[in-house]
Amino acid sequence: MFEFIENVARYPFLQHAVAAGLLASVACGVVGTYVVVRRITYIAGGIAHCVLGGIGIARYLNIEHGWTWLTPLGGATVAAIIAALLIGWVSLRAKEREDTIISALYAVGMATGVLFIQITTGMATDLQSYLFGNILLVTPQQIWMIGVLNAVIVGAGLLFYKQLLAVCFDEEFARLRGVPVELFYLLLLCLAALTVVLLSSVVGIILVIALLSLPAAVAGFFCRSLWQMMISATLLCTLFVIGGLWTGYSLNLLAGPTIIVWAGGSYLLVTAARAAGRLRRA
Amino acid sequence: MRRWFSHTSAAPPGCVEGTAAGGRRPRAVATVGLATGAEHPREAPLSIHDMTVAYQQRPVLWDVDYDAPEGSLVGIVGPNGAGKSTLLKAVLDLVPKASGRVMFYGQPYRRQRALVGYVPQRESIDWDFPVSALDVVLMGRYGRIGWFRPVTRAHRLAALDALARVGLADLARRQISQLSGGQQQRVFLARALAQEARVYLMDEPLASVDATTERTIIAILRELRDEGRTVLVVHHDLQTVPEYFDHVLLLNTRVVAHGPTARTFTAENLRKTYGGRLTLLEEAAHALAQRGGGAPA
Repeated sequence: MFEFIENVARYPFLQHAVAAGLLASVACGVVGTYVVVRRITYIAGGIAHCVLGGIGIARYLNIEHGWTWLTPLGGATVAAIIAALLIGWVSLRAKEREDTIISALYAVGMATGVLFIQITTGMATDLQSYLFGNILLVTPQQIWMIGVLNAVIVGAGLLFYKQLLAVCFDEEFARLRGVPVELFYLLLLCLAALTVVLLSSVVGIILVIALLSLPAAVAGFFCRSLWQMMISATLLCTLFVIGGLWTGYSLNLLAGPTIIVWAGGSYLLVTAARAAGRLRRA
Repeated sequence: MRRWFSHTSAAPPGCVEGTAAGGRRPRAVATVGLATGAEHPREAPLSIHDMTVAYQQRPVLWDVDYDAPEGSLVGIVGPNGAGKSTLLKAVLDLVPKASGRVMFYGQPYRRQRALVGYVPQRESIDWDFPVSALDVVLMGRYGRIGWFRPVTRAHRLAALDALARVGLADLARRQISQLSGGQQQRVFLARALAQEARVYLMDEPLASVDATTERTIIAILRELRDEGRTVLVVHHDLQTVPEYFDHVLLLNTRVVAHGPTARTFTAENLRKTYGGRLTLLEEAAHALAQRGGGAPA
C-alpha cells in the first residue's frame, strides 16, 4: 500500500486516475442513491449500453470526417442524454412494454457502437478501454470535463433534493403537492445518464452499472436517511475505486474489473454478515 | 356528454339503481352534460358534480354528485370494487375523470392543494425506503417550507408535534421499515396532520391496524372534526360505521345514498349498496341492532 502511495505521489498518470476516481465517486454516491432507492438500476443499465453507440459515432466522425472537436466523452454524453429521455418516455408512456423496449434500445445502442467501431480506422484496439474502462489513461482534459459534469450532477442532485426525495419515495404524494413528477423523473434519468458517462471512464460501460448501484446498495444496509446514504455511498465508492486501483496496480490487473470485484465482494460480504447476524438472533 | 357511454343510457354493470338520499335521483345520461353545477354551494369543503370515471371504458364511478358538509366526519362505504379509492383519487386529479367537476371551497384542487390533505393506503409506498418517521412527516410541510428552502426548527417542531399527536414522538428518528404496520399508518396520518389542511381524504386508514392504532386514529379524526375540519374516510368495516362516523356516503359505482349516519345507514340503503351479499347485510343489521342506529333489517 505504501509503495502505491509513493507511486501516486511520483507519477502524474496515477494522480489523474485517483482524481478521476474521487470526482466520479461523489456523483456515484449522490445519483447512485437515487437510482437504488427508486429501483431503476435496470434503466440506468440500459442507458449505459446505449452510451457505446454515442462513443462509436463520435469516434467515427472524429477520425473519418475530421470532427476533431467531437470527443468520445462528448459523444457518450449526448448519447446518454438521448437514451435517458427516450427510455424515460417509454417508461412513462408504455409501462406494459417497458422491459421489452428498454432491452431492445440498449441492444440497438450497443450494436450501433460496435458497427461504428468496426468501420473506424484503428478503433477496434480502443474497444476494451470503452467496455471495461481504463482509468490509468485519463488525461487532464478529461479530468476537467469530469469535474464539470460532476458539478452539474451533484449540484442538480442536491438543489432538487426535496423534489427528488418526494418523487422517489411517494410519487403520488409528490404529484399532490404540485411537483411535476414526470419532469423530475426525466431529470433523475438524465442525472443517472451523466453519472454513467462519468463512471464509464473509470470502469467502462459494461461494468458501470455495478459501480453506480453497489456502493449505494451497501450503504442502504446501514443508513436511515437518504443524505446519510449519499455520503456513505460516496465514501464506499471512493474506497472501492482506490482499493481497486491499488490492487490492480500492484497485481498488474485491469483497474476497472478490479474495482468492480472490490464493490461486488463488499456487497456479498455485508449481505452474508447480515444473514449470519439474523441467523444468530433467531 | 360522456363519450365513453354515449351509446347507451342504461346504468353501468354492477350499478345499483337506488335512490340517493335527500330525494336525489340518478340523472338521465342525455341530460348530464347540460348540468351547470349551480346547485352546489360554493362554500362546501368538497363538491363533486356529475363525476364519472372509467378504466378502459369500464365505468368505475358513474355520475357521482355529492357535497361534503363542513366540519363532518364522513365514512365512505361500499363493497369491494365500488370505486371508493377511485373516488378519492379522482377528486385529487390522480386519475383522469371521464366527465364532471370537483371543487374544494369553490376552487379546483390545483388551486387548493394546501387545504387538502390525503392519507393513501399503506401499501402504496416502499417501506424499506431510507427515511425516518420524522422525514416522512416533514414532507407534509414541504408546501409551507418551500421547495428550495432548508427545513427550519419551527417546521421540525411542527412535524414532531404531529408525530406526538399520533403517539409516535419516541419513534421519530426510527427508519420507517422498523415500524409496525399500525405505526406506519400513523406516520402517514401524521404527515397529513403536519400539512394543517382543512379537508382530509383518507383511504382505509383503519385497515389491518391494531386496536391501539384504531383508537388513536379515531380519536384524531374526531378532534379534526371538532376543530371544524372535514374528514372523508374510506371504511370497510360496517359494524363500526355508526359509532365512528356522523355522515356516510354509500357508494357502489354511483352514490346510493348519503347523509347523516342515523338516517342514511339503513338496512334498505345497505341492501341497495351491497346487493345480495347477505353476510355483510347481516353484519350491518347486527351492528345497527346493537347500537340502536338506523332502521331494522
